Amino acid sequence: MHSRRHFIKALVLSASIAAIGAPLGAHAADTIKVGILHSLSGTMAISETALKNTALLAIEEINANGGVLGKQLEPVVVDPASDWPLFSEKARQLISQDKVAVVFGCWTSVSRKSVNPVFKELNGLLFYPVQYEGEELEKNVFYTGAAPNQQAIPAVEYLLSEEGGAAKRFVLLGTDYVYPRTTNKILRAFLHAKGVKNEDIYEEYTPFGHSDYQTIIANIKKFAAAGKKTAVVSTINGDSNVPFYKELGNAGLKATDVPVVAFSVGEEELRGVDTKPLIGHLAAWNYFESLKNPTNDAFIAKYKDWAKKNGVPNADSVVTNDPMEATYVGINLWKQAVEKAGTTDTDKVIAALSGQTFKAPSGFTLTLDKTNHHLHKPVFIGEVRADGQFDVVWKTKAPIRAQPWSPYIAGNESKQGL
Amino acid sequence: MKFLSNFVFRLGLWCAAMALAVSAHAAVHPDTLVGFAGDFSGRIAAIEALGAEGGDDARRILDALEAGNLGVIDNRVLIVEGDTVLDAASGEAVTDILASEVDTLTVNNRIRRALSSARAALILISGSQPERLAAANTLGESASPTLLPLFERALAAEEDASVRAVLIRAAARVNLTDPDPTLRRKAAQDLGSVTDPAVRNLLAALVGKTGEGSAATWAEPDASVREAAAESLRAIDRRITLAQSTGTIFTGLSLGSILLLAALGLAITYGVMGVINMAHGELLMVGAYATFVVQGLFRTYLPNWIDAYVIVALPVAFTIAALVGVVMERLVLRHLYGRPLESLLATWGLSLVLIQAARVIFGPQNLELANPTWMSGGIDLGAGVVLPFNRIVIIFFAGFVLLLLWMMMQKTRLGMFVRAVTQNRAMAGCVGVPTARVDTLAFAIGSGVAGLGGVALSQIANVGPAMGQGYIVDAFMVVVLGGVGQLAGAVWAALGLGVVSKFLEGWAGAVIAKILVLLFIIIFIQKRPQGIFALKGRFADD
Repeated sequence: MHSRRHFIKALVLSASIAAIGAPLGAHAADTIKVGILHSLSGTMAISETALKNTALLAIEEINANGGVLGKQLEPVVVDPASDWPLFSEKARQLISQDKVAVVFGCWTSVSRKSVNPVFKELNGLLFYPVQYEGEELEKNVFYTGAAPNQQAIPAVEYLLSEEGGAAKRFVLLGTDYVYPRTTNKILRAFLHAKGVKNEDIYEEYTPFGHSDYQTIIANIKKFAAAGKKTAVVSTINGDSNVPFYKELGNAGLKATDVPVVAFSVGEEELRGVDTKPLIGHLAAWNYFESLKNPTNDAFIAKYKDWAKKNGVPNADSVVTNDPMEATYVGINLWKQAVEKAGTTDTDKVIAALSGQTFKAPSGFTLTLDKTNHHLHKPVFIGEVRADGQFDVVWKTKAPIRAQPWSPYIAGNESKQGL
Repeated sequence: MKFLSNFVFRLGLWCAAMALAVSAHAAVHPDTLVGFAGDFSGRIAAIEALGAEGGDDARRILDALEAGNLGVIDNRVLIVEGDTVLDAASGEAVTDILASEVDTLTVNNRIRRALSSARAALILISGSQPERLAAANTLGESASPTLLPLFERALAAEEDASVRAVLIRAAARVNLTDPDPTLRRKAAQDLGSVTDPAVRNLLAALVGKTGEGSAATWAEPDASVREAAAESLRAIDRRITLAQSTGTIFTGLSLGSILLLAALGLAITYGVMGVINMAHGELLMVGAYATFVVQGLFRTYLPNWIDAYVIVALPVAFTIAALVGVVMERLVLRHLYGRPLESLLATWGLSLVLIQAARVIFGPQNLELANPTWMSGGIDLGAGVVLPFNRIVIIFFAGFVLLLLWMMMQKTRLGMFVRAVTQNRAMAGCVGVPTARVDTLAFAIGSGVAGLGGVALSQIANVGPAMGQGYIVDAFMVVVLGGVGQLAGAVWAALGLGVVSKFLEGWAGAVIAKILVLLFIIIFIQKRPQGIFALKGRFADD
């Protein structure tokens, strides 16, 4: 019943979007088309709508500065409606029908996995802006989000450290799909390497959209009562985070007793939560809106202006977050590579992308690795503030090179570059 | 190390000299604050020192640190208050440094923990009764030998019985490792009245053996202490079991009450009119959004009454959801009576329209609804079991809505009409019941009740355009399981499903529990398609 409903919803929406998109395609010739493949409806719309906005902002900015190779960029926005098979259909449409030079899109790992074969077959180019579980390296994909060693591993290292509370027992809590399962597999191996035994790790999964966390919170409390310092590592994704954090606050589980570090909760997700009971809980990212540096100030101001000008709902309270920064960086890196290559030909642009650098809103100059299609990124750990922003309590001194093939998964030793 | 301590000493002297230059009588000794200029460990030492020193000035500095207003420049510890900068030790204004130049200290969880202990230590001696009780509880959780003198000092001065009890237990936790066996026995007895699993583990360690095989020795050499510990352990275990089973039943009831609120409206519309209303979940969403709008109005116009917004939201949500229901019934469903498949598709379409309307008006992201203060927090049963107030309120609210609905159905003329139409539409029409008007009213009431459910949901779950989608399946499950057209059936089905799924979840995890519950319903419906309670009567299942 449910999936059929999604399907019909997707049909109705995609039909209406196609109708809007049609007149845009009429004038072409001296523009370069850029595809934007983010869900604007369905469960992921909450997170992905902001990424579409960021992509449009970056394109507008590039156009205002004279475009790329003297041509204006023309965005082609499609809505895959949080429906994974529809992602691959829409990707195919963007590459073979609209003839876009590059696509910026996807959020969940399952959507990326479903478009990967399309990009490979049609030799397209995808920029994927979200932190993910690694274990993948595609010639046609550039990953501007974090690999596990640029987010999950440093966060757990922080929890183990004196400063982070010297945790001895760990709850690995996640939504039941590929990203949390793989990340927790890596983390379990990492914790073993640090001397944490299996009986001190409690792993638990909930379905997508789970909204009743009473039992799980009670179990966490029971687990934490065993006397050793306990921390929770949350890979809960999407909507479920709101009831989870609400229950956490109500159950009186304070960050000073049992800190929760989350990998998929940022400024945007906390907009739906009263954060006063959550002060001190943690998130690990490669960017926070609260970072103080001129590049970031300019980025935030640009986005807020753009939101106001384009009538984004609740434009006065929009926030920026890590995947938005990664989208913005990705588009600019692509622009630089196209200018270096002198063409939008996929293979030439891929070659030109290696080693590109960009001064990112995180305050660091990020480099695209020469061999593995990932960015070298700094890692920040932030604690939730009363206003829903994060205070950075720990950061790396310099950007870290990504390890898409985690050394904590057996059989990965031989896999490195492409 | 020597160099470091020398350095710290000199730093202290320098700070003292600085402070003396500013003020002849420093309120807090500047040496105490030296640590703030160092790393995290130094800062924690400084916080502990301030807690031990006590007094209003120490409290002022700790408050500033917690609020993120404490900064250090060139080893001077400063408090920033708006545009003015104060010297932390003396409390006097500093003129040679601007507020914008001070980089304030970051507060992380470690600092926050030290702060709460230090503050509790300050309050324990001088606060009001509830403050002292809270402070004693905070300190009791992390009882360490260094705190024992403080506990004893507080016990000597304390007169309130409840605070004394907490202090005695806190001291007992420390005394459990005292070399004197009489003290240990006394401590083990004192601890019999707690319900804290951490204490339980301490006692359990005492009665066990350490070492392997024949070389094993009792962890506690004195037999009388072991006996006292074992007795306390039994008492604690009894209370922990009781608290945890109460907790499980409560979570089940809470889930059940939410299912009931989501399903009650549907029990009426589906029961009376036989319309499979796929837009029912969106009526919940309308109620939740109405709550959000009321909250916004209170924040703007009546900020002092913000705690009352949920109460005001109830009639508002009921009215708006009922109006939406009437419009749906009049414009669409009216023309589709007796054609269940078409009405299913039409209401499905309506649900998409409502979702998209919410997305256009309020934006796609979730909205933030804060619990009023009287619904925040909970009753602590000990053993880590907390019954949150918002869930307790919702359980009672579900009962209240149920009572109203029951009264309406049983005691009013409209209710009688509705029951008549439910049982036999044609015959009711024949004896003069205006069935068309009853349909509209029943649909309005069912929709309004869904709106009330939305208010309750807004207090614990996500409020977003697609929130209703998550409840529609559950609501149908309850109605079908309970038996069509029956309020009592819906109540038993909702509470039963709630308790069963919470029990299964504790045993097998959330994913398996969901699958098992769905399997159970499939089997149940096959064996008993009319639900738990079936309508009796010749025309009931035509």
